[in-house]
Amino acid sequence: MTDAIRTPAFEAKPKVSPLYDPKVRSLVFQAVLCLVIAFLLYQAYANAVENLRRAKIASGLGFWDNIAGFPISQSLIYYSEASSSYGRAFWVGLLNTLLVASIGIVLATILGFIVGIARLSRNFLVAKIAYWYVEIVRNLPLLLQLLFWYNAVIKALPEVRDSISFPGGIYLNNRGFIFPTPNFGEAFWLVTVTFWAGVLGALFYRAYARKKQEATGIQSPVGLTAFGLIVGLPLAVFLLAGMPLSFQFPQAGRFNITGGVSLLPEFLALLFGLVIYTAAFIAEAVRAGILAVSKGQTEAAYALGLTPKNTLNLVVIPQAMRVIIPPLTSHYLNLTKNSSLAVFVGYPDLVNIFTGTVLNQTGQAIEVVAITMLVYLTISLTTSLIMNWYNARKALVER
Amino acid sequence: MKKIIASLAGVALGAIAVASAAQAQGTSTLAAVKARGVLNCGSNTGLAGFGQPDAQGNWNGLDVEYCRAIAAAIFNDPAKVKFVPLSAKDRFTALQSGEVDVLVRNTTWTMSRDTSLGLNFEAINYYDGQGFMVKKSIKVASAKELSGASICVQQGTTTELNLADFFRANKMELKAVTFATNDETIKAYDAGRCDAFTTDASGLYAERLRLAKPDDHMVLPEIISKEPLGPVVRHGDDQWYDIVMWTHYAMVTAEELGVTKANVDERLKSETPDIRRLLGVEGKHGEALGLTNAWAYQIVKHVGNYGESFDRTVGAGSPLKISRSQNNLWNKGGLQYAPPIR
Repeated sequence: MTDAIRTPAFEAKPKVSPLYDPKVRSLVFQAVLCLVIAFLLYQAYANAVENLRRAKIASGLGFWDNIAGFPISQSLIYYSEASSSYGRAFWVGLLNTLLVASIGIVLATILGFIVGIARLSRNFLVAKIAYWYVEIVRNLPLLLQLLFWYNAVIKALPEVRDSISFPGGIYLNNRGFIFPTPNFGEAFWLVTVTFWAGVLGALFYRAYARKKQEATGIQSPVGLTAFGLIVGLPLAVFLLAGMPLSFQFPQAGRFNITGGVSLLPEFLALLFGLVIYTAAFIAEAVRAGILAVSKGQTEAAYALGLTPKNTLNLVVIPQAMRVIIPPLTSHYLNLTKNSSLAVFVGYPDLVNIFTGTVLNQTGQAIEVVAITMLVYLTISLTTSLIMNWYNARKALVER
Repeated sequence: MKKIIASLAGVALGAIAVASAAQAQGTSTLAAVKARGVLNCGSNTGLAGFGQPDAQGNWNGLDVEYCRAIAAAIFNDPAKVKFVPLSAKDRFTALQSGEVDVLVRNTTWTMSRDTSLGLNFEAINYYDGQGFMVKKSIKVASAKELSGASICVQQGTTTELNLADFFRANKMELKAVTFATNDETIKAYDAGRCDAFTTDASGLYAERLRLAKPDDHMVLPEIISKEPLGPVVRHGDDQWYDIVMWTHYAMVTAEELGVTKANVDERLKSETPDIRRLLGVEGKHGEALGLTNAWAYQIVKHVGNYGESFDRTVGAGSPLKISRSQNNLWNKGGLQYAPPIR
């Protein structure tokens, strides 16, 4: 910047001792600061290594392939306490964390948007219920809520013998929510392929409809067509293929209902707790976003003859999203990080399995905690990255 | 320039601080405890009979009395102990990092803990074994019938591993539900989340008393593992290791010789050589430990012998009423055996 306006008079400035040159000084100070930080980090590292060596505590990642030998109550991948390694246990925990976090994020977003809009409702009862929900949930510690939900789930649900049974082989008791295992027949791939083809077709149709509307002003039934393509077409193929799907129904066993897929009460309690807690924060972000859109926008939309529904969808929400997305990102990150409270309700997430049992069995606190920190950092940064990309897309295009 | 010099000096001081913090770990634990004036003892967060604070906040239990005995040997005052409640999962880290001087927290002695954790186990102050508790209503008479049952277990314990081994060895299906603390584990069992609860047998009897309806539950006969419980210290301080180990042996020896809290003063005048050596009337055994020669006298005077401590905390004189059996003296059919003090 200075290059452009530099004149010969400035170039011939008097020679200053480097000691008093502000540029040199600031460079020196920054270099010294960097050195100090590097030195302290190195000291901390060397200190830890030296202390571990002196105390003869095992270090390194040699434990990774050792047999874990402890049971895990829920795993998305194959895990056996007899033959799986600590490394495998790590992946089981990580997947369990991602499972509860991803389902939690989706549900919390849906609930948060509903409650946020409900708070602005003109209906007194709806607005007040949403208000009290947000105020109560936001101001109680999450751990307390998790313990409440866990106790509510296992205490309120009946014992195995008195399971509540729903039609279709679905059972609910204090061991979880149990439903039949689907067995996919050989021809089922046809249905899967049709489904994805339907999704693709719907996307194309939407793009076509938009172009058509911009060119001619004629609207097309996008919602109905998409439904037909995504749900109707696969259903038709499913029926034509002779329904290649059967169910293995749960049966009453010696202690519990066996067979079937079961959602553990620990999972349900954690999911409930996280969703209900985070949704209250998201609701506030949504409310703030909608209130940030000036009233003139709504009035202008009405003046143009838009219906209230179209006003909300086409005018208010797109503008509100710009305000909502940044706080939404941090609530997503919070939900993911808060899922580490799982250990208090016995859900086998990463912290429960890895910094809990694995750390204790191997005694290698530094390695285990460092890996866990790295994992949460990676998850958080990835979520931020995706949300920032989404935010950039939604941001106001400045010309 | 002055500023630069000042900041460099600051860095140097910081470096020295870091370096000296590193060295602090290397100094004698006994000297550190004496300088602090109080023993930091890692204890259970609450297990009846072993380590639990009462309504007034006074700690009591077999492990707690062990800590008091160490304090009595060092300070001649059993009250100079700070109890640091630790969960099963945090206990070793707390000891490794120097937060506590000794860990007496119903901890099972295993080879991997003794070797790869940088810790040393010392003596066995309670011989235990793992068992199961079930609701009477599920009509199970043996642990071998538990295939497919949900089992509540505490995380970070040998219990967790023994459980997996037992089910594997008997080709049974295991559904374990793991919790961070004993409290959450027993609460979940009491609420009906699991069919069975497993921990050391002593713990089963202690926890049964805390259930809503103790009579609806029973302890199964099988003991599926060896659980030798004892105190743990860090590697690398042999003097401290000796003090903690001989505290237990002094209490066992006192019981063997019939020296009790009540008669210890009178036994000072005893002619029996073993008693004279134990109580420091003869020999300089205490000084060799870095303590006074009256170290064992102080232990018995303030805390009592092993049998007294056992009866008061877990045995006949306590609500748990656990029989001495394996924990009796070696010459009375048990396993408690102390090397001679001479």
